[in-house]
Amino acid sequence: MEELIEKLKNEIIEVLNLEDIEPEDIDADDPLFNEGLGLDSIDALELIVLLEKNYGIKIEDPRDGRKIFFSVKTMAEYIIEHQNN
Amino acid sequence: MTNAITTYCNIKDWLIKIDGQTDFSSDEKEFRKFIRAAYRNYKTGYPKFFKMDNLSKLGFLTADILIKRSGIADTYAGEEIGIILSNSSSSLDTDEKHQETINDKDNYFPSPSMFVYTLPNIMAGEISIRHKIKGENAVFIFERFNPEFLYSYITELMAGNKLKCCLGGWVDYYQDHYESFLFLVEQTETVKRGKKAGEYIIFAPKNLEKLFKG
Amino acid sequence: MWIKQWKRSNFVSHFTEVMRKVYAGAGSMITSLGFTIDENIEHIKTGQTGLKITDDPSLWNKPFPASLIDSGKIKEAFSHISGASEGPFTRLEQMHLVSIQEVLEKSNIDPRDGKTLLILSTTKGNIDLLDPSYPNDFAKDRLYLWKEAAIINDYFHIPNRPLVISNACISGVVGIIVGARLIRSGRYDHIIISGGDILTEFVVSGFMSFQSLSSQPCKPFDADRDGLSLGEGVGTLILSAFHDRLEMEDKIVITGGSSSNDANHISGPSRTGEGLYIAIKNAIQETGLSPQDIDYISAHGTATDYNDEMEAKAIVRAGLQEIPLNSLKGYIGHTLGAAGTIESIVALESMRRNELYKTAGFREHGVSGDIKVINKFEKRNVNRCLKAASGFGGCNAAVVFEKAKVES
Repeated sequence: MEELIEKLKNEIIEVLNLEDIEPEDIDADDPLFNEGLGLDSIDALELIVLLEKNYGIKIEDPRDGRKIFFSVKTMAEYIIEHQNN
Repeated sequence: MTNAITTYCNIKDWLIKIDGQTDFSSDEKEFRKFIRAAYRNYKTGYPKFFKMDNLSKLGFLTADILIKRSGIADTYAGEEIGIILSNSSSSLDTDEKHQETINDKDNYFPSPSMFVYTLPNIMAGEISIRHKIKGENAVFIFERFNPEFLYSYITELMAGNKLKCCLGGWVDYYQDHYESFLFLVEQTETVKRGKKAGEYIIFAPKNLEKLFKG
Repeated sequence: MWIKQWKRSNFVSHFTEVMRKVYAGAGSMITSLGFTIDENIEHIKTGQTGLKITDDPSLWNKPFPASLIDSGKIKEAFSHISGASEGPFTRLEQMHLVSIQEVLEKSNIDPRDGKTLLILSTTKGNIDLLDPSYPNDFAKDRLYLWKEAAIINDYFHIPNRPLVISNACISGVVGIIVGARLIRSGRYDHIIISGGDILTEFVVSGFMSFQSLSSQPCKPFDADRDGLSLGEGVGTLILSAFHDRLEMEDKIVITGGSSSNDANHISGPSRTGEGLYIAIKNAIQETGLSPQDIDYISAHGTATDYNDEMEAKAIVRAGLQEIPLNSLKGYIGHTLGAAGTIESIVALESMRRNELYKTAGFREHGVSGDIKVINKFEKRNVNRCLKAASGFGGCNAAVVFEKAKVES
């Protein structure tokens, strides 16, 4: 889990072009959107692509994204839960 | 009613010139690094910049320099400022990158944050968002810089009393070839109150041609 | 209130003396519904949609609704106007050439006269040429939008260099606004505005990545709407300072037009509708009319959740909530850079025929504000029409068409 969280932090920084943000700046429990990292609706769609491309997990309903992408930790949990299915 | 060019900025050949004077140069001869160095130099302070494609980065930075220096976003209401841009390559550079994401059926991952930049007017949107500019906006595509059209169309817009100020010019980016030239046009009557003669340039096609060459 | 400030009496009287009138002339449109205006209107009038579930792996790996034009029909139509020695021309160029040829035949304008300008409105032009799996011999510069415009311009021997507008989904409406301004300023006497875009994997994959395509034919302003449907097409409209050169019985003039920006987000429409409200307000102000004088609104109505809601808010804010409104996206899909010209041509037909067409796909009111979505065919006098459009980059545009002689 910890390893996955670190990996995700790096991937998020890369695909969302988060300049001047280091993995250690992101708390695994902090909200990614709004007051957290300030991500927006395009970032949310880009995270859907990330899950599919890097983890083979397809999110059919973008509205599910709100829960899955709440924080890096919720993302990691979702991946672990769905990857082996 | 006549109009005046109150300030202008050229970015090309790894140089940034403001009102004809070199203001920034960099040893970075790769666009990505050059524009990042310029962003830092001008303390742009807008993390969304790094999400933009190269065309938008170029247009955004040129505009941001001019808008901040001139204070037009405080002088005029958002509706009173227009953005009329032009280029030759449209968004072709990012079009090619988006096409690459769909060429291989086994590695097919089109990216929404890339696709949105396959439109040249997104750079006008980025500038508008940053500085709350809400007036007339359009992007025209010409084979090469067209001072006559920019002059006559912006003049027409400003005569119609809709605009008191217009950001206009040329922003082109394709495969590391880049060139931007943006200028601010304001009504001469307004300008005369704050500036002395010699501090502004008459808005005319031949002047645009001259300033474009830098 | 701006509505009161800008009464016709103290505004237009001043400007009509100095400004030339801009007459809207013949139009021509090519969509999945047909190659003539009559064919298109007949389908729209009887509620037949051109959106069909398309199973074409070269566009998308699953079936999806789209409004596509048969390529064989394009070739055939083009063979009627052009000799084999000319060209070759791309699929999109052929559509433009057929469409422009038709409007020229319907009017008395010689494009070689030096007073005519071609405006090309498009988002992606010949983007199909970028696909490596599409074999073609076209030079790479054909992907430049100015090159595509130059090819079309040269075909008709137009001496003036063409103008290309690429402003996302408002390109067509901006083309009309710019064209009207260029006639008013006296720079040109006649303007040919041709808006066109084709449906490609490039575009489908992008909208799919945005999760904005519906699995069903789109349902503008409906409670169950869940995304847009894509289409392709070309719409050409001719404008002139001289009504007698248009060979039209009716006189329809363009009296106002404006564009604006939301300054909010590059892909998400404004939540408040402020940008579109500004464009509509400015367009109506320019006419000197009151919002209540408008008889019909041709809306953008893409059927995405956010667009239709934003549009409804802007319409209510502009005082237009009682004015009947429709979206044509349920018939021909979203034709991107062509939408503004194609939908304006249908709006002009509404005015000429005094008919209002229902919004295909609309059943149950699904936006805030009590806007009047047209849900059945109706005969009534349509003297003044507002056409609105919005697009990526936060851009909005509105244009007003009026009959010079009001029918009552």
